[in-house]
Amino acid sequence: MSVTLQETRARASDEAERRRPPTEATAPAEPRAIALRTEKLSAFYGAAQAVGDVDLTFEVGAVTAIIGPSGCGKSTLLRCLNRMHETTPGARASGRVLLGDVDVYAPATDPVEVRSMVGMVFQKPNPFPMMSVYENVAAGPRLRGWKMSRREMDDLVERNLRRAALWDEVKDKLHRSGAALSGGQQQRLCIARALATDPSVLLMDEPCSALDPIATYKIEELVRELSHEVTIVIVTHNMQQASRVSERTAFMLAADDGIGRLVELGRTDDLFTMPTDARTEAYITGRFG
Amino acid sequence: MALAAIAPSSAILARHRVRPRRRVAEGVVIGLLSLATLVGVALLVTILGYVVVRGLPAIDLAFFTERPKPFGEVGGGIAPSLIGTVLLAVVSGAIAIPIGIASAIFVVEYRSGRFAGPVRFAAELIAGLPSIVIGVFVWTLLVRGVVGHYAAIAGAVALAVIMVPIVARTVEEVLRLVPHSLREAALALGAPRWKVIMSIVLPTARAGVITAAVLALARSAGETAPLLLTALGNDFFSTDLLRPIGALPLQIYRYAISPYDDWHTKAWGASLVLVVVIGAVGMLLRVVARQRVR
Repeated sequence: MSVTLQETRARASDEAERRRPPTEATAPAEPRAIALRTEKLSAFYGAAQAVGDVDLTFEVGAVTAIIGPSGCGKSTLLRCLNRMHETTPGARASGRVLLGDVDVYAPATDPVEVRSMVGMVFQKPNPFPMMSVYENVAAGPRLRGWKMSRREMDDLVERNLRRAALWDEVKDKLHRSGAALSGGQQQRLCIARALATDPSVLLMDEPCSALDPIATYKIEELVRELSHEVTIVIVTHNMQQASRVSERTAFMLAADDGIGRLVELGRTDDLFTMPTDARTEAYITGRFG
Repeated sequence: MALAAIAPSSAILARHRVRPRRRVAEGVVIGLLSLATLVGVALLVTILGYVVVRGLPAIDLAFFTERPKPFGEVGGGIAPSLIGTVLLAVVSGAIAIPIGIASAIFVVEYRSGRFAGPVRFAAELIAGLPSIVIGVFVWTLLVRGVVGHYAAIAGAVALAVIMVPIVARTVEEVLRLVPHSLREAALALGAPRWKVIMSIVLPTARAGVITAAVLALARSAGETAPLLLTALGNDFFSTDLLRPIGALPLQIYRYAISPYDDWHTKAWGASLVLVVVIGAVGMLLRVVARQRVR
């Protein structure tokens, strides 16, 4: 199974390479390849259902935002995409999640492999406090048991800190504690750490909700930058943020039964200017949530 | 209007003025509490002071380097018991600390498992057993059974049984303090569960795990009853795990019930050494614990 996953990864990065916009004008013309797709995805906590029958597609090399009021299941949905959901005791999911053409929930699929290919950044910055900045970035490859020389690891750490736009700020304190950085820097360190295992998809669960506006701005800029090399799914309760960083937006809403369902998925511009669903319009105009 | 609004509350205040009786009650309670505290502190100071006063005359170089003299002779030291206590601590620690840590990991990290509850309950039961009962159990199992005679290894096993629940319960608390977000971060990087525990959770809780181990060692260093039935005691130098071995509490016991004044003094001396060692370990713990907060 891991072979298939590796092939998927290779194909996805080829696709991202090919899709890197040569000129801005041609970018949105043709439909892009799909990096990740959910089919009838439902999630449960014990007997309580949190997400119901979600069909979603995430395009290669694009930022997709998932918005919706609190409790609409958007974070739960995100956690289903890399099988983190099931690490909560009593939690389970049903339906399919396709990474390329591999079903993430197939019995033969190893969730540990899935998580190395679908990285995740959490709401609160969570660098490993007993590790240095360097070790935090190296943590993924080391935990995965990658055999690397000192030189290769140095290169990997520098490359990913640069990708996370953090290198210039920390290059002189690589061996200080990651916990000593500012909140925004810590979150970018977590992004560098997630990028270090070279995932084809990066999931971000309200990555700016614990940050001040300037740190938020930097992360948003980084998200747009990174979207050229990795498929990004970002959950946010901040609609302005969704409109700033994403190309496509999914709107979720919990019905009276408490089950979160997908209301609408569309190009971000379209969804915010002319939503097709009355509930979407009500939400983005601030009538609830 | 305004006055009318204020009036009722001042009436309430007037009714609830502190009465002399309540003041007396307050004074009595504070007095009793202070007295209890005073008695507790005085007791501690008296015991420690008495141990120091009675024990100091026994302390000289020979006390730490020589073996006990035969019955009735003056002089000699407690060196075999010191070595025995250290050896017992090392062996019992080697047995109990890994088991205690492992069971704590099992209870905390795999808490959804069916066995976590029973494991925890078992640890609590063992922690509540009188140490003499553990001694009798190990005596039956090893001294009468597997080994066939009194032996250091039997003493180490008895101490290990006492230590396991202490290590397990303390490490359990420490592991619970490791933020869940760190486990999630490591899992999300594609780390297998066991690696998350070994590379992230345990290193984060390192100071607390060390504290737990030392705490258990300090506790077991003072145990006497189980050693009487297992390690027996030995006035000769020995590091053989299959032979009887001395230990400080055993030495104190034997000297204290003897009819010789010199041995009584040596019992006090050995007590002083034991108290100082355990006290020093406790102090060290506080330093380590404080560093963890920083």
